[in-house]
Amino acid sequence: MDLKTQLTSDKSVTDYILSQENKDQLRFLTCGSVDDGKSTLIGRLLFDTKLIFEDQLAALEKDSVKHGTVGEDIDLALLVDGLEAEREQGITIDVAYRFFATDKRKFVVADTPGHEQYTRNMATGASTADLAVLLVDARAGLMPQTRRHAYIASLLGIRHVVLAVNKIDLVEFSQKRFNEISEAFNEFAADFGFTTQIAIPMSARYGDNVTIKSESMPWYGGKTLLDHLETVEVAGTDLEGPFRFPVQWVNRPNLDFRGFSGTVAGGSVSVGDPIVVPTSGQTSTVKRIITPHGDADAAGAGEAITLQLNDEIDISRGDLLSGDNDRPDVADQMAAHLIWMSEEALMPGRRYLLKIGGATVSASITDIKYQVDINSFEHLAAKKLDLNEIAVCNFSLAKPLSFDPYKDNRHTGSFILIDRLSNATVAAGMIAFPLRRATNIHWQALEVDKNARAEAKQQKPAVLWFTGLSGSGKSTVATLLEKKLHDLGNHTYVLDGDNVRHGLNRDLGFSDEDRVENIRRVSEVSKLMTDAGLITLVSFISPFRSERRMARDAMGDGEFVEIFVDTPIDDCRKRDPKGLYAKADRGEIKNFTGIDSPYEAPEEAEIHLKTVGRSAEELVEEIFAYLASNGYIRG
Amino acid sequence: MSIDPLNNLRQLEAESIHIIREVAAEFKNPVMLYSIGKDSSVMLHLTMKAFYPSKPPFPLLHVDTTWKFKEMIKFRDDTVKRLGLNLIVHSNQEGIEKNINPFDHGSSGYTHMMKTEALKEALDKYGFDAAFGGARRDEEKSRAKERVFSFRNSSHGWDPKNQRPELWNTYNARIAQGESIRAFPLSNWTELDIWQYILNENIPIVPLYFAAPRPVVEREGMLIMVDDERMPILPGETVEERQVRFRTLGCYPLTAALESDADTLPAIVREMLIARTSEREGRLIDHDDSGSMEKKKREGYF
Repeated sequence: MDLKTQLTSDKSVTDYILSQENKDQLRFLTCGSVDDGKSTLIGRLLFDTKLIFEDQLAALEKDSVKHGTVGEDIDLALLVDGLEAEREQGITIDVAYRFFATDKRKFVVADTPGHEQYTRNMATGASTADLAVLLVDARAGLMPQTRRHAYIASLLGIRHVVLAVNKIDLVEFSQKRFNEISEAFNEFAADFGFTTQIAIPMSARYGDNVTIKSESMPWYGGKTLLDHLETVEVAGTDLEGPFRFPVQWVNRPNLDFRGFSGTVAGGSVSVGDPIVVPTSGQTSTVKRIITPHGDADAAGAGEAITLQLNDEIDISRGDLLSGDNDRPDVADQMAAHLIWMSEEALMPGRRYLLKIGGATVSASITDIKYQVDINSFEHLAAKKLDLNEIAVCNFSLAKPLSFDPYKDNRHTGSFILIDRLSNATVAAGMIAFPLRRATNIHWQALEVDKNARAEAKQQKPAVLWFTGLSGSGKSTVATLLEKKLHDLGNHTYVLDGDNVRHGLNRDLGFSDEDRVENIRRVSEVSKLMTDAGLITLVSFISPFRSERRMARDAMGDGEFVEIFVDTPIDDCRKRDPKGLYAKADRGEIKNFTGIDSPYEAPEEAEIHLKTVGRSAEELVEEIFAYLASNGYIRG
Repeated sequence: MSIDPLNNLRQLEAESIHIIREVAAEFKNPVMLYSIGKDSSVMLHLTMKAFYPSKPPFPLLHVDTTWKFKEMIKFRDDTVKRLGLNLIVHSNQEGIEKNINPFDHGSSGYTHMMKTEALKEALDKYGFDAAFGGARRDEEKSRAKERVFSFRNSSHGWDPKNQRPELWNTYNARIAQGESIRAFPLSNWTELDIWQYILNENIPIVPLYFAAPRPVVEREGMLIMVDDERMPILPGETVEERQVRFRTLGCYPLTAALESDADTLPAIVREMLIARTSEREGRLIDHDDSGSMEKKKREGYF
């Protein structure tokens, strides 16, 4: 019935609203190749469910004349292609969220682009969706992209798919053509383990089988798209799984109240239930559950609550609480699927920030086990990972975390990686399983430790990391400083970039990934030397901030002293002790720092040595004074 | 014990509370933009729930253009007092001294100076690194693409082509010195969800949303309320008392009233359900051009 005639009194409106009370929500995404008609389909759903208002329609008519691609008709795609730039290009370039509702359900649609380079946007849309609508053009049939989209949907945990065989009007509403496509689809979708999968023939432009049954396809006896979306059962298994509660915020208004706020990520909890912090093994029981609607006896997955416990145990943001049984994994190493989302390639060994629930820890990829070719699904060997590539990787974390496999829980099994310098979100991860190596290899606790060795030498061990352009004077200063320290009875060692490349690192070249590995090995050696109680002088161009940061992170507090040997490139070029600049200028050396590869000057070096107009002895004195006043050596 | 899955409103509520808590936990100095409208009222209501029994661990900020409806200012002050919150009111002093107003400077020049610039000024002055806003994705096309944690560079600009991917409910809160984020806890709510929630939760809203006899003039086909003596009455215009209400609230000279008898919440919801125009139609600043919101957002507008 028309709402206008139905809603005649305040009571009828209130009744109508109450009848909508138990309406649930379905989040789905649409994906397909360019020109399959995704935006038109969403525009059609909004149009047919009367979510387009008169003023928007007027604006749309105006825009259709300006940008439209369908001639005289209103271009429904313009409703959903939001940003100016993409309207000018006639393509969708990002994820857009759209909303519509029927009496049965509210829908949140993620519109994601079909271009190959935008895999990351589709993964973003899929991460919060329960169902995927895969579009194909009836003329073209299944495309490599269709397989790729089905794969990404399944990787992100989507269990329900609809194959929308669009533009069926352009193949004369042919049943034969539809059957060919839907049979091919059923065959390949079988590999992905979807719970429901159906194919629907439709024309988004004219509305056939979108919300209204098509009169042109009497041979099709199935549901329209909207019918299916309204009725498909997607209720997750979240509520049935084991209890998971990532602590977001410790609620402490006064000394008498200490609560833990967060969103239940799985299962349910009741007052009196035992609670465990799996990383520490501490236990308590639930005293009180506060929900947005007052105190409750129990709460389940998806609810944002505050828990009060019966015992004072150590819990803070980032901890994952569980019940006594069915605890999550606890490990500092794991294997996970990774979707790389950054223009800058992934480098094994480099440190990233890993955010999972409320916890953010330093992490590195120890090994790319294999890359997945998203067209053939073959496993490929890889040394690095570029934008939109997918791989299974092993991770090493700075401390043990609690988590679940992604297939068991989309919240406690997922993480993002953040670049430490740009702060960009560079990857999405889905945990496969913990690696037990971490728990089997225990660090040998030795009786003579770092402090004991340092004490015998009467010095505080540290790495003095000299960075600067080739020819800036790093080695000269380091050699002279070592001599002075040695003369005063200190125990030292110099690690020189060139010398290390002749031995330990002779298998490495000068590609970006080899440079990262070069620095990683040198940091590890420096760390051992520091453990041995030595003052280690490392003389390395080390042009990238992220690598120097990696070396710094490997050391303890105060054990890393960055020394920026700051000599202008023109002076370095004049000195050119090894004739390298001349060679680089002639193009005989590639990736030469300062010529065709950048040098990122330190921003937080402990010592900034400006060399112009000063002798090597003066520079050594400056460093020496720093070491003495900071207690590394006796002054 | 059996627990039912959350219905639509409960799911939206929980999601918003999660976002609000996440910002409070991750940022050093957050602030909540409080615009006094119905969406702000819902956001504030959710915030009180998010931290109960604590008070919200951040202040509210109202950017006062000095042209808001008098009833809005009264409602703002009453609300802050009732909930015991800390409110910062900021206006662009330079704009006030130069008497920047919507009549002489046009809606876009005025909005830029008294809203966009004033907001940036306030965020810089107090060094806020995160600001909550009540915007919804269903409001406008460029909003539909905006992230929940929307990154802003050190001059508060938004780069729609270079947004961080946002997956699950895991939000990247890392920023460098001087950068900030705008956080939108109501991203996935629709106008109908907002009204249903106000009705269910009995959330107080500014009386201007309800129809009442109010003095208005008809100007360029729109009804503008004469809220104080600063409103110039042009030749040929007459001030008449009409039964009107507002679908959205802003600066009174830029907010069109609509004739209506809807003086109860159910009556408002009824009007909304059978409406044939979208809610922002009453906002004059959105009429300039169809890409105007995106342009304003690039410059730092909410």
